[in-house]
Amino acid sequence: MSDAILTFDHVEKSFFGVRVLKGISLDVPRGKVLGLVGENGAGKSTLMNLMGGVHAPDRGQMLLNGAPYAPRTPSDANAAGIAFIHQELNLFTNLSIAENIFIDGFPRLRWLPMLDRSHMRARTKQYLEAVELHVSPDTLVEKLSPGERQLVEIAKALSFDARIIIFDEPTTSLTARETERLFRLIERLRSDGASIVYISHILPDVMRLADEIAVLRDGELVAHGDKEAFTINRMIALMVGRAIEQLYPPRRSAPTTTPVLEVQDISQQGIVEAITFTLHKGEILGVFGLMGSGRSELARILFGLDEHARGEIRVAGKPYTRPSARRSIDAGMAFVTENRREEGLLMDIAIAENIGLVALPRYAAATVTAVNERRYFTEITDVAASLAIKGGELRQQAVKTLSGGNQQKAVIAKWLLDKPAVLIIDEPTRGVDVGAKYEIYSIINDLAAAGTGVLFISSELEELMGVCDRMLVMSNGEIQATFSRDEFEKERILRAAFRENAA
Amino acid sequence: MKTTNRQHLAQLALQNTSLLLFIVVFVVFGLLAPRFFALQTFETILKQASYIGIVAIGMTFVILTAGIDLSVGSNMYVSATVAGLVMQELKAPVWLGLLVCLSVGMLFGGVNAFLITRVKIIPFIATLGTMVAGKGIGLLFSRSIQIPYPDSVLELGSSRLFGLIPLPIVIFLGVALAAQLVLTMTPIGRQIYAVGNDAEAAKKAGLSVGRVLTSVYIVSGLMAALGGFVSVAQQGVVHPGFGEGYEFNAIAAAVLGGASLFGGVGSVLPGTLLGAVLIQMIQTGLIFTKVDIYIQPLITAAIIFSAVLLDAFRNIQLQKLRRRNIRIDKGALVGAGDD
Repeated sequence: MSDAILTFDHVEKSFFGVRVLKGISLDVPRGKVLGLVGENGAGKSTLMNLMGGVHAPDRGQMLLNGAPYAPRTPSDANAAGIAFIHQELNLFTNLSIAENIFIDGFPRLRWLPMLDRSHMRARTKQYLEAVELHVSPDTLVEKLSPGERQLVEIAKALSFDARIIIFDEPTTSLTARETERLFRLIERLRSDGASIVYISHILPDVMRLADEIAVLRDGELVAHGDKEAFTINRMIALMVGRAIEQLYPPRRSAPTTTPVLEVQDISQQGIVEAITFTLHKGEILGVFGLMGSGRSELARILFGLDEHARGEIRVAGKPYTRPSARRSIDAGMAFVTENRREEGLLMDIAIAENIGLVALPRYAAATVTAVNERRYFTEITDVAASLAIKGGELRQQAVKTLSGGNQQKAVIAKWLLDKPAVLIIDEPTRGVDVGAKYEIYSIINDLAAAGTGVLFISSELEELMGVCDRMLVMSNGEIQATFSRDEFEKERILRAAFRENAA
Repeated sequence: MKTTNRQHLAQLALQNTSLLLFIVVFVVFGLLAPRFFALQTFETILKQASYIGIVAIGMTFVILTAGIDLSVGSNMYVSATVAGLVMQELKAPVWLGLLVCLSVGMLFGGVNAFLITRVKIIPFIATLGTMVAGKGIGLLFSRSIQIPYPDSVLELGSSRLFGLIPLPIVIFLGVALAAQLVLTMTPIGRQIYAVGNDAEAAKKAGLSVGRVLTSVYIVSGLMAALGGFVSVAQQGVVHPGFGEGYEFNAIAAAVLGGASLFGGVGSVLPGTLLGAVLIQMIQTGLIFTKVDIYIQPLITAAIIFSAVLLDAFRNIQLQKLRRRNIRIDKGALVGAGDD
C-alpha cells in the first residue's frame, strides 16, 4: 500500500468503561481519499476525534509524517494541518463568512488591536473562489444554505492549509446538486495533494470517491485495502459481520381498507396546494419528493405544528380541527421528525426520560399527582428492549451518548409507548447505518401489522420502494402522482418527482 | 410588486423596533407636555441616563455571551464606598479615588469571572451570590452610614466639556463609542459574538471560551464602578441604598436596545444607548406629565414588557418573512425548474 501521511498505532479508547476502540492500527494514505465505513458505534467518529484533537487515546499513538503526533485540542490539530468537517457544522451564524474563517486568529492592523478587514476580505475571497462559492466574504452565515455553509467550512480548512481533511457524513443535508459539487471539490482537493478521509453510510458515494477503503466493526479494523478489492455487498457483510441477504424485511401483513387519516384539499399559500389522500389502518404509505418539494412541510401541517389555510383532516373518521401538537397526540397521532437532534430528543437528559416524555401524563392520576414510577420505568424498559436500543443504562445515560441509529430508535420508542393510530415518520434512516436501517424498517412493519397507519416520508426512493404499500410523489408542494406497489418503477417515480409528465 | 414593497417596509420596521418605540415615546410625551421638547429637557434626560447607560454597556458585553450579571448594583455600591472612604479617610486625591473605584469594580468582576469559568457556577446564581455578598461587604465598610464625596468630585460631575456638554454625557458617549469599536473591530469583540452564538462550537474552533467570559465579566465590573462614580459625582454622597435595583434597569436597557438574552445578538451603538435613554425618557416623561407617582413604576414596567413582547413578535415575523416559499407560481414556472 501507499505511503502514509498519518498512522494509527494500536490506539485504544474507552468511554465510561466501554471499549470503543480496541487497538486499531491504520495508515491514512497520502494524497488519496480513504473511505471509512462501519455501523454506528463501530468507532469511526471516535477514531477521527483522536486525529482531530477532540479526544486523546488511552493507549497507543499516532504518527504524522513519521513523527509522534499528540494533539490536545482541535486547534493543535488545525495547526498540524488537519481539518475536521463535522456532521453538524461548526460555524457562527451571527458572524460573516470572513469572520468565521479567521475566528481563532484574526489578522490585525499592524500594531493596533484592530481587525484588518480588507486583508480578511481579500484572503476569504480567494478561499471562496477555490471552493466555488460566489458570495461576498461579508455575507452572514445565517443567510447561507446548508450546502453553502459546508463550503465555508472547507474554505476554512484551506485557510490553514490543511493537508488532511476529514469529512464526517458530509452529504446528509445537501441537495443532489450540492452533493455533486462537493464531490467535484473533494476530487480537486485530492489532485492538489490533500489527503482526505471520507466517512459515510452512503456506500455508492464511498465507492465513487475513495481510492482506499477501511471497514470498522465494534472498535476493530476488519478490512483495509484498495477500492478495487471491495464491492458494496462485501462492505455491508464486513460492517455487519454477516452477509445480509435482504436490505428490507418482508411484509407480514396486508393493509386494511379502514381509513385512519383522511386528508382533503389541504392548502397553505406558498407551501402546499390541494393535498388529498387517505391513509388506511395497517398501511405503509410512502411520501417521496426531492429536497424542497414540501414533504416535510406537509408532515408539520398534518401534525399541527404549522398552520394551513384550507382543507380538512379526519383522524379515525372524526373531523380534526384547530390542529396542535397536543391535540394531535390526543387524537392518536405520532410524529418522528427528520431532525432528531434538534426536534426529536432532549440530548442532555437520560434515555428513559426521553422515551417517557410523550406518554408521561398517562402514568399519573392527575397533572399534580406523583408519577407511578414503577409502571413508568417498566414500560419504558420494555419498549427499549423491544426496539433493542443499545448503549447503556437507560436511567443514567444521556441520549447524546448514543449512536445515531440508537438515538433514532429512542425517538421512535417515545411514540410507541402511546400506541399511535397514525405514525408520521420523516427521514428515519438518515445518517443511520445498514444494520440499524433494517431494524427501523422492521419496527415500521411491526407497527403496521399491529394496525398503525404509517406515513413514511423519505428522499431515498429505494427504501420507500422496499417498504411501502403505496407511494405519493410530491413536488412543488403538490401531490404529482400516486403509485401502488405493483406500479413501483424507479424511472416513472423520479419523473413525477421532477415535475415532468408522470402519467 | 406592491406586496413586496409592503413586506420590505414591514421587515424594515420590525428590524428597528427600538428606534420606532423611542420615537413614539418621545412624540407622545412631547404632545402631552410641550415643555418635553425643550433642548434642556433632552440634556437632562441624557445626563440622568448616563450612569445607567454606562452600567448597561458592561451588561451588554455579558448578555452577548448569553450570560447575566446581577451583581452590578452591589458592585456600584462597594466600589463607590471604598473610593469614598479612601478619599475621606486618607485624603486621597480625586484621580486616586477614581482609580481605586475602578480597580475595586474590576476585582468584583474578576470574582464573578472566577466563579463562572473556574468553579463553573452558572452566571445567574454566581452573580446572585456576589450581589448579596457584595452588598454585605459594602455595608461592612460603610457601617450603613452615608459617605460624602469631596466637593471637587461634585464640581467635576456638574462641569461641562468646553463649557458646553455636561461631563457625564461626554463620558457616556465616549464609553459607548469605545465599546462599540471593541465589539465590532477587535478580535475579542468578534469572539464575544461567537461565544454567544455557540459556546461549544467556539471551543471546537480553538477559542479560549474561559478567557472571553472572564473579559466580559471584568468589563461589566469596570463599567458598573465607572457608572457608580459618575452617579455619585452628580449626587455628592453614597447613601446605603445606592445601586439597589440598578441591575434591572441595566438589563432592561440592553434588552430594549435589542440584545438577546440567548446571546450573540445586540449592539452598544445604537442598541444599548437607545435603550438606556429610552428608559430615562419614560421616567422623566412621567414626571413631566404629572402622572401619579405610585402609578409610574407600573407604566415603566408596561412599556418595558411591551418592548420585549414586540421583540418576540418581531423574531417570529422575521422568521416567517425569511421562510422560503416552496411553491412557485404557475406563471413564473417557465425557466424556474431549479429547486
